[in-house]
This record gives sequence, structure tokens and C-alpha cells, in this order.
Amino acid sequence: MSFLAKYIGQKVKRTEDPRLVQGIGHYVDDIELAGTLSVVILRSPYAHAKINSINVDAAKKAPGVVAVYTGKDIEGKVGLIPCAAAAPDMKKPDYPALALGKVAYVGQPVAAVVASDKYKARDAVDLIEVDYEPLEAVTDIEAAARPDSPVIHEELGTNVGWLYQAGSGDIDAAFAQADKVVSLKLVHQRLIPTAMEPRGVLAQYFPGEKQLNVWSSTQIPHLLRTTLAAMLGVPENRLRVIAPEVGGGFGSKLNVYAEEALLGWIAMQLGRPVKWIETRRENMMATIHGRGQTGTVEVAVKNDGTLLGLRYNVIYDLGAYLQLLTPAIPTLTGLMLSGCYKIPAIQLNCTQVYTNKMATDAYRGAGRPEATYLVERVMNRVADELGMDPVELRRKNFPKPEEFPFATAAGLVYDTGDYAKALNKALEIADYKKLRDEQAKARAEGRLVGVGVSTYVEICAVGPSVMLPSGGWDSATVRVEPSGKVTVLTGVSPHGQGEETAFAQIVGDMLGVDMNDVLVVHGDTDRVQYGIGTFGSRGLAIGGTAVAVATDKIVGKAKRLAAHMLQTDENSLTFENGKFVGAPDDKSMTIQEVAFHAYQAHNIPPDFEPGLVASYFFEPKNCTFPFGAHICVAEVDKETGEVKILRYVAVDDCGKQINPLLVAGQVHGGIAQGMAQALFEEAVYDENGQLLTGELMDYAFPKAHQLPRYELDHTETPTDVNPLGAKGVGEAGTIGSTPAVANAVIDALAPLGVKHVDLPLRPEKLWRLMNN
Amino acid sequence: MKINLSINGQKHEADVEPRLLLVHFIRDLAGLTGTHVGCETSICGACTILMNGKAVKSCAILAVQADGAEITTIEGLATNGQLHPVQEGFWECHGLQCGYCTPGMIMSACGLLKENPNPTEDQIRHGLEGNLCRCTGYQNIVDSVKYAANKIKAQTAKAD
Ligand code: FES
Ligand code: FES
Repeated sequence: MSFLAKYIGQKVKRTEDPRLVQGIGHYVDDIELAGTLSVVILRSPYAHAKINSINVDAAKKAPGVVAVYTGKDIEGKVGLIPCAAAAPDMKKPDYPALALGKVAYVGQPVAAVVASDKYKARDAVDLIEVDYEPLEAVTDIEAAARPDSPVIHEELGTNVGWLYQAGSGDIDAAFAQADKVVSLKLVHQRLIPTAMEPRGVLAQYFPGEKQLNVWSSTQIPHLLRTTLAAMLGVPENRLRVIAPEVGGGFGSKLNVYAEEALLGWIAMQLGRPVKWIETRRENMMATIHGRGQTGTVEVAVKNDGTLLGLRYNVIYDLGAYLQLLTPAIPTLTGLMLSGCYKIPAIQLNCTQVYTNKMATDAYRGAGRPEATYLVERVMNRVADELGMDPVELRRKNFPKPEEFPFATAAGLVYDTGDYAKALNKALEIADYKKLRDEQAKARAEGRLVGVGVSTYVEICAVGPSVMLPSGGWDSATVRVEPSGKVTVLTGVSPHGQGEETAFAQIVGDMLGVDMNDVLVVHGDTDRVQYGIGTFGSRGLAIGGTAVAVATDKIVGKAKRLAAHMLQTDENSLTFENGKFVGAPDDKSMTIQEVAFHAYQAHNIPPDFEPGLVASYFFEPKNCTFPFGAHICVAEVDKETGEVKILRYVAVDDCGKQINPLLVAGQVHGGIAQGMAQALFEEAVYDENGQLLTGELMDYAFPKAHQLPRYELDHTETPTDVNPLGAKGVGEAGTIGSTPAVANAVIDALAPLGVKHVDLPLRPEKLWRLMNN
Repeated sequence: MKINLSINGQKHEADVEPRLLLVHFIRDLAGLTGTHVGCETSICGACTILMNGKAVKSCAILAVQADGAEITTIEGLATNGQLHPVQEGFWECHGLQCGYCTPGMIMSACGLLKENPNPTEDQIRHGLEGNLCRCTGYQNIVDSVKYAANKIKAQTAKAD
């Protein structure tokens, strides 16, 4: 495989942007089909209640109303909402698309109203009378696990869904040999992903053709198609799922939701297009949440700082029901418990409990931010206890570059890495020694200034396929059309990552064509061959590799035809800048000329298949493991408890960068989300299971003036898992930044004797701490 | 209620329910879907437009309140296929990812630059505090606005 470097590695401006900056792209709600009806969902106001009866008579008679459906209407007709990640021994409740007999979280869908427009549908929803019998809500995850807790799903007999243990190495021996055991209890608070575009679904049915079309704001159009086909009993080859422009996902759209199935079913019932657009309030209460772990980490360590073992006992908040990947999230935490360090023995003990809240699931980082946060926090505690500099402690326990591939006791084999290099670069940029001197001065003046370091490694582009319920591969088809224009069909489904640009760069360089002649198509199951989708920082490393290999196959095929037409031997030809050269008499052919002849097929070798199309399904043999070092300098205002980020330095290594502009964008956004977890955001339920942060007004989503400038740099340690050498960067920033910020703020408070504070580090919490 | 308003220079006359939000008028009746809805509670700024030259959130205004108004939406910014400097800035500086907040951000930035053609970084950050973005971490948005400010300055200098 060979590449030019005209586009690859360059800061190429995005091809997506002209339509988006002019507001002429199409998100689900922007697609208008004639005769479309609006659907509005009635949702449970209770966290836990029996439904005695539902009366929809008045709603049905309201102006503009076409139909009203409840759980009974769809029972046995719309399949249950699926979970693809429940272990066979997991206790798992049925999760109907509309509640049947009971509700278990605020926001659970209870009924659907279909009307001529959204105002009328909203009016009619208010006319539905539901007789609820409220039950005691279970909201505290530690209490939920106790035998005396009310049980949410009676048929399960317990709130404990799954007990899970992972890790390897002799953990007891590790703790027996320790000079010191350091332990720390931490809360990974619930977060609300809050993509700026709420979810939305549009469905249309053609009874003659028996064809169902579903537009959904999703990250996984093909997986959604397969699942919806099963839920609705529609043959998969007559179901088309389209993910048009998608306004952010962060894992929240890596799922299969009630509304997606409901809308498909309603469109089939009514024979008219139907549209449902989530309100922000619905988005906050009924789209998956992230994080939600409370755990205690214990580390066995020698006096010289050598790590011997790590144990993490954790309770995980499933929420009321399982969404697509809910129980898998803490297993990812377990896999990353070794962090960037050599730890010979690791053990995870995970108790997963049901609570009367929205389900948790994959939110940017999905289990890895939890791992990195707990490891990086406890590393600082260990450094404290041993009187070591946190940087020295980290360095001492890094595997060396020559120790890769590096097998961890958590059960993974890290591909490539040079952790000290990234850390050293970050220290140099931040001028760590000077920072510490300045900190000492600031402390002497009575100011609360802290320096926080985090070194992280994460797991991206998960593979081989056995590691994911869906499979871990992805696909591409590359077509050089008769005119020489190139069409790329990718199985991944970007929604802001910029892969229309990145893939055009790859193909442009490999075929020696103008990247503006390369069209990248995604997100439509009728146009694109099956694919897995965009999540887990896999788009480029897996989807991009499929594109590159398919393109390489194109070059191989075109070369055969070129040799035939130039009447020379294939081996004497080389492909340079889009041209096959090296034939006698200096004759040459461009890839566009070859394409034309491949389709015209008047002069092809006897066994040559006409056309110039190639597909490739790339099966990765391992995951990739990007890493980096983040340094944060923070000051806590003594008067107000407010945290000011004075500097933020991030050195990330995502392997080979195809487009540094896109990489930086991903890192910026990731850091912002990680900082938001550290400083601001928390999904708060009260003891009755009411979501108190149910609007953007109450949920502390950060604004431009609350976030700092980020100073970025990188190291480049390519992976050998794929030929691009790219590791993935979608989640790195989020994973690295939460602990860096927390370590900085807690370091700032160290003179007050503070050893740990749970997130988010909001002014009020810090003020109380300083004033007690 | 009968209302008359102009959007991007085009006259619109309609009989609307008094409760109809301006953003729904723009999207559903005028068919201009570049103005997005991210909250309907005037927090996110995705629905920002220019009304009589001022940046406002169109989910916080009733269509009837816009009777007689001159409105510019994101679709009305580019002229003859030529991007407005703020649009160009967002493209140049990678000021967007998913693009959902972008029309609102751009319209807010236009409003901001009208009032303050020379904003500092801090003024830009505060000027955009009514607009939320989940993707970019804001830094490139700030740079996009700076780019636009410089570009507009250069253009006016040339015109003078
Ligand atoms: S939709 Fe108007 S501010 Fe959010
Ligand atoms: S670009 Fe996605 S929300 Fe701003």
C-alpha cells in the first residue's frame, strides 16, 4: 500500500463545512415529507409506580389527533427494547417500548399521540389520564444492592442484575507483600451526554412495495436496521435506515430506543409518514446517561513506589432497564485498570444494580474515563503517602517502549507505546519545574494553586470481532466511476468527526486524484454495504483502513488493465501521481482513463471482470491503545470556591495523524467534556427519583467563558494493528482531562489537608470544604 | 393572527396561531431549516437569528411579535455563493464539528461583531455565552470569530 503525502498528514479544511456553515445540511427534523404527522410521547412523571389504568378517550377526540397508542396496543407487536451486552447469567427485566402495567423511571414512555402537527399532539398528550400508584423509589446505588431495599423488578427478586469479576495475577499475594496499601473511595457521577441535536425519528411506509424507511439521528444505521427488523417483523431487506446529518452523539445515539421502533410501527399502521423530535427535556431524562459508578480502589505498593496490585470494588448504576450496551460499560473499566503502568495483579469486583433512573450506557469514553480517573487519582494518593513526586511515581511504573506489545493483568495486550516520551514532552511544554516553583511562591502568598498530571492510555477501535456483540470490523466500497470520479461507501457513520474529509484525503493520495473528486457516502443502509458504525474512536482506524485496503485493490485491478492496454508487463508499470507509467515509448495511462476502459470493456484481458469497484471488510486483530499526558494548572478562589484553569497542556499520541486539524478538534472537544465532568456536570436525581437537572437551565453544561485555551502537542507512535498506523482520538481528551483537572484542584487544596474531593468540583462544594 | 415579516429579504404573510414560536414559523412555514432547535427554552442558542439587526433567540419570541420585522437567518448570510466572513472563519478555523450549534453560533457572532468589531478573546467568550456547543470545546469557535473580525476589518479598510 502506498500513499502520496499531498493530503495525508495535512491540515485539510473539511469538505462537510460549506453546507453546514450555510445551514443547508439536513438533520432529521429538516427532512420534510408531504403529509407527515407529528408524534409526541407521554412520559412517566413518577420514578416508580404501578399503572392502574390509562384513559385516552379525550385525547383521541382532540382536534387534529389521528391516533393514540398505549403499551397494550403494541404488546406483542413491537418487540422489546434490546440489550446486546447482557451476560447469560444476568438478571434482566423486559423493557417494552411503551410501559405495560408499571413505570420504573421518570421519562419512561407511556403513550404516543399522533396528530396533524406538534402543537396539537402536545395539547392532546395533556388530555391522557393515567392512574398511577406511586411506589417507593430506589435511587441510591449502595442502598439498592442491600437486601432490605424495595425491589424494582419483582420478577427478578432483587435489584442486583449482575455480579462480575475480572482481572488476573495473584491479588492476595500482592497485598500480602505490600509495604503500603493505599485505598480511595470515589464516585463517578452520572452525566448526561447532551448532544446539541436531540434525537429524532422520521418513518415512512410504502405498503405496495412493503418498504419501511426510517430516518434516525443514530450512530449505527446498520445495527439499527437489523434490530428494528427483528422488533417489527419487517424483512431486513425491506427496511432502510438513514442517518442523515447527525448533530453529535457521544455514545448517546449508539443505541436502539423505543421511539425508533414505535415510529416505524406507527408509520406502518397509518400508512403516512410520522415524525418525532425529542425535546431537550426528553433528551435529558430519556436518552441514556453516562458513568454512574461508586467504587473503592486499593493499591498495594512497595516503599520505593513499585506497584504490586490493584483491586477495584465497584457498584454500577444500571438505571431501570438495560439499553443496548448498558452492562458492558464497567467491563471496559475493568479492562483498563492497569492504566499506563506495570501492575502484576489486578482484580475487579463489580456489582451492577437497577435503580429508578434512566439507563446508563456508553458516553464518550464509556468505562475508560472511569478507569483512568480512578487510577490517576489513586496514583496521586500513593505518591502522597510515599512522599514521592507524582511524576516520578508514574515514570517508575511505565512499561518501556521495548516491552510492547505489553500484556496487562487486566487482560489486554497494548499494541505500541512510549509513555515517558509523551509525559516528558508535556512536562517540557508546561515547564513543570518552574510550575512547582511558582506554586510554592503562590502558596507562600496564601493562594491555592495546584498542578495536576495525568498520564493515560485508552482502548480504541475495539477488535477482533469477538470483543464486541456486533463484531468489531468495518467496511468500505470504493468505486471509480466511468468518468473517473470516485465514490466511497463507508460502513462507519460519522456525525461530526469529519471522515468525509479524512477518507477523501486517503483515497485522493492513494489514487493520485483531486480529493474534491472523491465523494464519501455514509449513513444510508440502501446505499452503503453493511457496516458497524461510529463509536469507540473506531471510524478512522477501522473504517479508514477498510477504505485504504479497498482503494489498494482498485490500484491493483487498474494496473492489470493498464498493462493490458499499454501492451506491457504489469511488473514494469508503476503508479505515480494517478498515472501508470513505465510502459515502452513512455506511454502512460491515468486512473481516469483506465476507469473508462474498465467500464467500456471493449479491450480487456480475457478473465478481467469489467468495472472498477472494490470492497473490503477489515477485521482488526487487536484494539489500538492511544495514550498521552495532560497537565493542568488550577487555582481555587478562596472567597468563592471557584476554580480557574490557569493552563492546560495536552500531549496526545493517537499514532499516525491523517488530518491534524481534525485531531486537534477531537482533542479540544474531548478535553472540554472531561473538564465538564471534573468541574461542572452532574445528573442529579432526588430521593423520589425526580431528575432535578432535567433542563439545560439546571444541568451545568459549560459555556465558552468557563473553559480555557488548550495547549496541544503530540507524539507519534504508530500502531501495527492497521496499515494506516492510526489509533483513534475521539475519546482521548475526555479520558485524559478529568483526572488532570481533579488532580490539579485537589493539589491546590492540599495545604488545607484535603486528600480527595468527589466530582464535580463546583464552587459551592469547595467553598464548604474551605469553610469547615 | 395575520402577520407580515421579511426573512432574508423575502416577504412572508401568514395567518398564525398566537402561540406559534418564531423558530417554528421560520422552519415549518418559511421552510428555512438552517435555524435549529436545541432546547426551546432559550438556553442553547441554536435558534439564534438576526431580528432588525440584533441577534435574538427565535425560540424565545412568538411569531406574532415578529410582525413587521426584518429577519436574517443563516441561509441569508452568504451573498452570490460567497460565504460571509464569519462563515468563512468557521470553515477556516475548524469552528464546527457536528454543525448543529453552528448556525446559531454564526448568527450570534454576527450580532457580536456588529456591536463590537474588535472583540478580545474574553469578550468573544462572554459574547457567546448564550450559545452552547458540545463538540468543539469552544477554542476554534473563538478563533473563527477572531478570523472573521480581522477579515471584516480588512474588507472595510479596502472599501474606504
Ligand atoms: S432552541 Fe432556542 S435557545 Fe435553544
Ligand atoms: S459543532 Fe456540534 S454542537 Fe457545536
